[in-house]
Amino acid sequence: MAESIWLTLKLASVTTLILLLIGTPLAWWLSRSTHWFKEVVATLVALPLVLPPTVLGFYLLLAMGPHSPVGVALSEWFDLRLAFTFEGLVIGSVIYSMPFVVQPVRNAFDAIGPRPMEVAATLRASPLQAFFYVALPLARPGLLCGAVLGFAHTLGEFGVVLMIGGNIPGETKVVAVAIYDYVEALEWQQAHQLSAGLLLFSFVCILTMNLLEKRMRRAVF
Amino acid sequence: MSAWLEGRFQLKRDDFELDAALSSPSQGVTALFGRSGSGKTTLLRCVAGLQRAQSGSLRVGDQVWQAPRRFVPPHQRAIGYVFQEASLLPHLTVQQNLSFGLQRVNTELRIAYDQAVELLGVGGMLQRLPHQLSGGERQRVAIGRALLTQPQLLLMDEPLSALDSEGKQQILPYLEALTRNLEIPTLYVSHSLEEVTRLCQRMVCLESGRVTDSGELTEVVARMPLSRQVGEPSAVIESRILAHDPGYGLSYLDLEGHRLSVSLRDAQLGETVRVRVPARDVAISVHRIEGSSMLNTLPATIIGIEPFPDGVRMLVHLQCGRSSLLAKITRKSFELLGLREGMSVFAQVKTVSLLQDDQLG
Repeated sequence: MAESIWLTLKLASVTTLILLLIGTPLAWWLSRSTHWFKEVVATLVALPLVLPPTVLGFYLLLAMGPHSPVGVALSEWFDLRLAFTFEGLVIGSVIYSMPFVVQPVRNAFDAIGPRPMEVAATLRASPLQAFFYVALPLARPGLLCGAVLGFAHTLGEFGVVLMIGGNIPGETKVVAVAIYDYVEALEWQQAHQLSAGLLLFSFVCILTMNLLEKRMRRAVF
Repeated sequence: MSAWLEGRFQLKRDDFELDAALSSPSQGVTALFGRSGSGKTTLLRCVAGLQRAQSGSLRVGDQVWQAPRRFVPPHQRAIGYVFQEASLLPHLTVQQNLSFGLQRVNTELRIAYDQAVELLGVGGMLQRLPHQLSGGERQRVAIGRALLTQPQLLLMDEPLSALDSEGKQQILPYLEALTRNLEIPTLYVSHSLEEVTRLCQRMVCLESGRVTDSGELTEVVARMPLSRQVGEPSAVIESRILAHDPGYGLSYLDLEGHRLSVSLRDAQLGETVRVRVPARDVAISVHRIEGSSMLNTLPATIIGIEPFPDGVRMLVHLQCGRSSLLAKITRKSFELLGLREGMSVFAQVKTVSLLQDDQLG
């Protein structure tokens, strides 16, 4: 049980970190670009919101499988296998939780408007400096919100994990899968403990986020 | 001879078209003047590089900022920009806002941090956040912040328009002081002739994206036809300060050998100041009238007559020596007095209209 909790926390942390690193620039591009193509990208990012996780998992499994071009390339060049491994889970989670990070961050960037960036430019800040010293600090509430939602959403992931990760203790057996296993085995006591734990943790997460966000908005505006 | 700043911008956007040429000497304040929607802000943004004109050219001093195959991005232009509403960065304190541009400057400092803080009177609020300041205070910080980027060219986009009249009164003296003391060439966007009169020496008039006139402020205002006047038709006179009378709160100007009283000015004796004279506050008489509360009586010659579209009032252009005045009178008195072009008359200027505090709405 402890093993699956630790694995879940590790998966959610790594996923959130990666999502902040790639989701923030992506959200910035979606917020600022006027390219027609951005709506296509925005739609792709939003897809996991509506797709059944099994569909996503199925395609990921095909893409990562040892016979797919991606799978072959990865195993030949990097000796990396993705199907039924922790690394594979991370990739699946990143895609699966992407909209939960990108959307709030993009909203925060949208809310800044063009003016602060123009101000920064007239104060000699290059676009990159303006991004780091003006856009990011002003979007802090959105970044926090995205991080918490991404983290919490990854914790609750089940379908994608089952499809591409299976049920390998210490490698891919996360809490949600463990709960399913306990129920299958009629071990209600353990299922209860994990479920209640997840419920409480998610509640605390989102409550903390709401409170922090409120305080940040007050501090900024 | 080419001017220090020379630019030309063409830009098309929805139902608006800008096609304007602009020049400015390396000193003084040039007003970009016009009604809202005339393209003056767009022109200023083109100079700053915040907006990229589809075709345009801009040279400032010996630097080319825009040419057919060249566009220097705004952060590489040595400009200071003051936006219409004070756009302080909300997550930074006043002090951090002031230093934001300063810390990236690698030229020799013409304006030091302490100097800007003192000039704009923001020393008492350095640790505060923008939302804790009044509108006028925020705009002062924004002006200080722009100055601290050590600009070669200062661009101001209606810096007073978002403020109430108290806020305007609070900032104008700072603006007057800095345009007088710092010698940074400035482009000042405004639709208020009063502001322009107090701050600018030159004027570029814009209408529907085109330049309709430009030159010395007093001359441009004097030849501005009725149809292009914004708000109350006014003349602008320029003259030297003869004396101050703090007891009455008045300063006396020398206008072609006649004494004109205006509200007390913060200027040295002998210094040249500009005064806006609204046409409605100028009356005409054919004989000199003594003992009137209007106080300022000047001999003048009628040089032009324009009827207002309403058919009730007339606008009379007057010449007093080298200065021009405008008078708004009814067609009835115009005919009763038998006024005609070339006639010698007396212009009576209501003193109270020359009190600057009355003029800023």
